[in-house]
Amino acid sequence: MVAAGSPAARGFNCSNCGAPVELRALQHARAVACTSCGSILDPRDPNLRVLQKARSKESITPDIPLGTRGTWHGQPWEVIGFQRRSIEVDGIRYSWDEYVLFNPYRGFRYLSRYEGHWNDIRTVRELPEPIGSGKRPTIRYQGETYAHFQSATAHTDFVLGEFPWRVRLGDEVKVSDYNAPPYLLSSETTDDETTWSLGRYTDAQRIWQAFSVPGSPRTPSGVFANQPNPYKERASRSYRTLGLLLALFLVLVVGRLVTAAREQLLAARYTYQPKDQNAAFVTEPFAVRAPGTVEITLSADLTNAWIDFDLALINTDSGVAWNVERELSYYSGTDSDGAWSEGSRERRVLLPRIPAGEYYLRVEPEGEATSQPVSYVIQVRRDVPSLLPYGVALLLLVAPSIAATARSSSFEKRRMQESDYGD
Amino acid sequence: MRGPAGRCPNCSAPIQFRWSSAVQTVCESCRSVVVRHDVDLEAIGEVSDLPPDSSPVQLGTEGRFDDRPFTVIGRIVYEHADGGWSEWHLAFGDGSSGWLSDAQAEYAVSALVRPPRPLPPANTLTVGYAYSWQDRELQVTTLTRARYTGVEGELPFEYWGKTEVLFADLRGYDTTFATIDYSEETPLLFVGRFVDYDDLSLRHVRTYEGW
Repeated sequence: MVAAGSPAARGFNCSNCGAPVELRALQHARAVACTSCGSILDPRDPNLRVLQKARSKESITPDIPLGTRGTWHGQPWEVIGFQRRSIEVDGIRYSWDEYVLFNPYRGFRYLSRYEGHWNDIRTVRELPEPIGSGKRPTIRYQGETYAHFQSATAHTDFVLGEFPWRVRLGDEVKVSDYNAPPYLLSSETTDDETTWSLGRYTDAQRIWQAFSVPGSPRTPSGVFANQPNPYKERASRSYRTLGLLLALFLVLVVGRLVTAAREQLLAARYTYQPKDQNAAFVTEPFAVRAPGTVEITLSADLTNAWIDFDLALINTDSGVAWNVERELSYYSGTDSDGAWSEGSRERRVLLPRIPAGEYYLRVEPEGEATSQPVSYVIQVRRDVPSLLPYGVALLLLVAPSIAATARSSSFEKRRMQESDYGD
Repeated sequence: MRGPAGRCPNCSAPIQFRWSSAVQTVCESCRSVVVRHDVDLEAIGEVSDLPPDSSPVQLGTEGRFDDRPFTVIGRIVYEHADGGWSEWHLAFGDGSSGWLSDAQAEYAVSALVRPPRPLPPANTLTVGYAYSWQDRELQVTTLTRARYTGVEGELPFEYWGKTEVLFADLRGYDTTFATIDYSEETPLLFVGRFVDYDDLSLRHVRTYEGW
């Protein structure tokens, strides 16, 4: 039994440039890239043979320095390796960074960064189950369905520190991503095997805090494959709210329809004589007992004729008038297509917000001079429900949900533009 | 769980078997591989020092797998072109035995099982080969040619002087894990599942400076 702790870090000098190289992953490391010259060495070989000499003088400084230790998922993890990889799509190279995290008991985890988007990654041991082929294949992992997002060939461009596999510059693996935000299931396929890993979209701020990274992370740009859609939640929240509001709205509308008095104030039949030079007249006064809507219904027995009404609802005491003009016309006949008719023999006018008081109507009908006399009826009712304000309210209620849905789908569209399924 | 005691045929140091079914152990004094035949002990060779490794598990480590307590009593260390792994031999409280494999801190617990029908011959295996076990679809995910580089503690069989052998690792749509071991004439099937380090509640593990 080992009483004293085994040394965690072991140092040696780079076989290529002689600079000190630190080994942090014990015997687990399969390759270590010298932080000084970039040569990749075999840490398991007693002579530390050079697996690959440094290729370029290019040097990249990782956001999180190698050797940084942080508390991640409740355990200490140390950053031991860094690589920059890239894929080429339509002649454009897209690069991202990967960090190797190590804990001597729990093995390896990874962090990745692309355009300010971070993922917290672990390898998965179960095989995802293919469940759908077709235009966009789907796979299932732990009960969740993932849809194919993108496949490409990833190229290793730069490495620093230790890796649990024999990393080499120029390594090429086929990568495929399947998304179910906030998760991303990725496969890497070499000639020998396919490995799967599960990434979870992670706020960079959390990483900065966990690993005490100085400064602040850059703001992500664009929409990442597994970035949670903030508008989706907002949209579904707004639909939940809308549901409640619509229920309330319905109660109000029904309540109004049921309780409206629809009290008849006037119903009288008149006849329009075309030969009358001045057909204007006033009706009997009637009382509007409570402020509210007043509905005037005009109906005329028209046959291939029209009649026009100038109406004024006049308050007996104040003389204030509400003027309305309405024309009724009704034509019908028969042609090669059969019977036809157009126009209407009846029209309604709803006056909103009429104060209580005594009123009368001044009526001035006008028709075709040559026509027959026209018999018509004028009906006046008060407290008839108007649906217009409710319609406006309905639009206002629905508008935020429609806007949220539009934003959510625009977010999804921007996400898909980065995939193999974009426009 | 104390098994019979004896003396090392090579150096006469006391040999104690902690697990009654152990067939082989390594003398802690002279590092001879000692095989048990009924009551006699036979020294069949000497093991070289174990290669350095980083497994947090060690002889005497205790833990639980599905609420079954176990003690680590032995191990076989394997090495292949791209690394290596340890198979820790577990003695469960109920007298059965199993294996905890640690490959770069990826852990799986398995036990020897009797395959319902003969296992595929080594030369027919390819990555992707489908094999079903108790209605579970498994497939070969890696084929590894490895040789053992050391043993320590008690083992349920004689393991000594093997040459390079083929191991086929199989996975399924859940955490089921299987290995076909072609070191014997009749291949052996081990079935179990992947586990997380924290699921095993290990005690008496190795400590690492600074961790």
